[in-house]
Amino acid sequence: MPQTLTEKILSRAAGKEVSPGDVVEINIDIVAFHDLTGYHVIEVMEKAGIEKVFDKNRIVVAFDHLAPPPDLRSAEIQVYIRKFVNKMSLPNFHDINFGILHELLIERYALPGQVIVAADSHTTTSGAVGAFAQGMGASDVAAAAITGKTWVVVPSPFKVELKGNPAKWVTGKDVALKLLGDFKADYFNGMSIEVFVENPSAFPMDYRATTSNMGIEMNADALMFVPDSETASYIKSMRGYEPKLVTPDKGAKYADEYTIELNKMEPLVAAPYSVDNVKVVNEVEGTPVDQVFIGSCTNGRLSDFEIAAKILKGKKVKSRCIAIPASYEMFKKAMELGYIETLVNAGCIVTYGTCGPCLGGHFGVAGPGETIVSTSSRNFRGRMGSNDSKVYLSGPAVAAATALYGKITDPRVIEK
Amino acid sequence: MIIEGPVMKFGDKIDTDIIIPAKYLKYTDPQYLAQHAMEPLDPEFYKKASKGVIIVAGKVFGMGSSREQAAIALKAAGVKAIIAESFARIFYRNCINNGLPLITLPNATKEINEGDVVRINVETGEIEVVGKKKLQGKGIGGMALEILKSGGIMEYLKKLKV
Repeated sequence: MPQTLTEKILSRAAGKEVSPGDVVEINIDIVAFHDLTGYHVIEVMEKAGIEKVFDKNRIVVAFDHLAPPPDLRSAEIQVYIRKFVNKMSLPNFHDINFGILHELLIERYALPGQVIVAADSHTTTSGAVGAFAQGMGASDVAAAAITGKTWVVVPSPFKVELKGNPAKWVTGKDVALKLLGDFKADYFNGMSIEVFVENPSAFPMDYRATTSNMGIEMNADALMFVPDSETASYIKSMRGYEPKLVTPDKGAKYADEYTIELNKMEPLVAAPYSVDNVKVVNEVEGTPVDQVFIGSCTNGRLSDFEIAAKILKGKKVKSRCIAIPASYEMFKKAMELGYIETLVNAGCIVTYGTCGPCLGGHFGVAGPGETIVSTSSRNFRGRMGSNDSKVYLSGPAVAAATALYGKITDPRVIEK
Repeated sequence: MIIEGPVMKFGDKIDTDIIIPAKYLKYTDPQYLAQHAMEPLDPEFYKKASKGVIIVAGKVFGMGSSREQAAIALKAAGVKAIIAESFARIFYRNCINNGLPLITLPNATKEINEGDVVRINVETGEIEVVGKKKLQGKGIGGMALEILKSGGIMEYLKKLKV
């Protein structure tokens, strides 16, 4: 029977043909964790008295949530994990100067057709290269790291087609928000989303990573882009080799299908306090904003900084603006291309490779009564700091235009 | 597995940032986490839940982050089971791994009220709203039940001598 990408990947991983609804044990290609969940994973192993990993080359560890450590407890957590990394001789360890786990996974490790399990919900990001990638809790990830296996309920695959070329300032965030606005946050529960791109180069890897990243906000089990020429050229450019592309069979059956015409889209935002409270930017235009955050595993990539730099070049921001490329590679490229200089000259605070502001951790926690426009993935009550703060989610263009005027601004009014 | 308790009711999309805010995630001690369970919605939650309650909630309960502390905090605060119209996948697994039983029941928030006492059968999914009515939800079966009964995935693995 023709198989969807979901069925193809999970059938290989289970060693037998699987269908939606089956509960199966599967082999995992990569198991990963970061600092804030990693110490918990190791605690679970220690408590059970089983401290071993199934294959040290298939474990990826990155420090990002507590990077660089904002307090003593964070530093303690990192010391504890470094000891474990040394004890297990794990080669794929990324200390605080590398970047956010999910960005490192797509830059260096994830491949089409793989199964990836990590102790963080935004693991769905690796779906951008066509991997079945899921977040899990500390206990499940501890078990996965020890055995190289986990159990899953095979999700029901849903097909999304992206047609044409994106309208001005429309990127991966707008596609994610459109799916959330049109279907709401509970619709894809128990489903996997497979995205087919009509013109692969019109929707590049940066955009795909953003959309896949927010698959978890749709409560999808995975959000995968069907590997194509863009997938191949991205992996070639980042790692120097051609990946084998795993794709769904022609005629595979989907639970349902949905088409998005990219050229008819508009810049969108998600208003407080829900990821599916989606509006066209005009509807909230003029809302005063205290702080803008451009970064995170959702939107901390080169194209995000290119867009922000385009809008902020030669200007000064009116609101506080914190800009954080997701990895050292992204930071370095943005620096070489002059984007970092442009943002610093515009008055932004720039660092790299920390999740800090997105989870209200550090490097820009939202104060009482403050309004934030953020390119990150969640606007839940209290997410970025005070319970009385409000977060609007947007792509990089709305965020940069908003920083420029100190109020929510439609980037289409700025002629560039 | 039969569990009985008074109902505390919540709406749709109760996310993990509400269940346990990120600022408490640097620790895993259940008693510490319990004091901050549901804090953004109700700072007194842990006092109200301490008598042993069953949460009834709407759609995608536990959506958001992978933090296992969400399941740990609720259980330690006194939550004996959760009935929801649907659950977020990661949270569901975290509950199974921490011995917190779950039942899925469409229309749960319409059928059950705050203050009702419910008696549930975790395996069959049967729910009795004591003195009022009987409802049929979806309980826990298969491997998930084995893991729950073992006391979590690690205990389950130990039994299998991994």
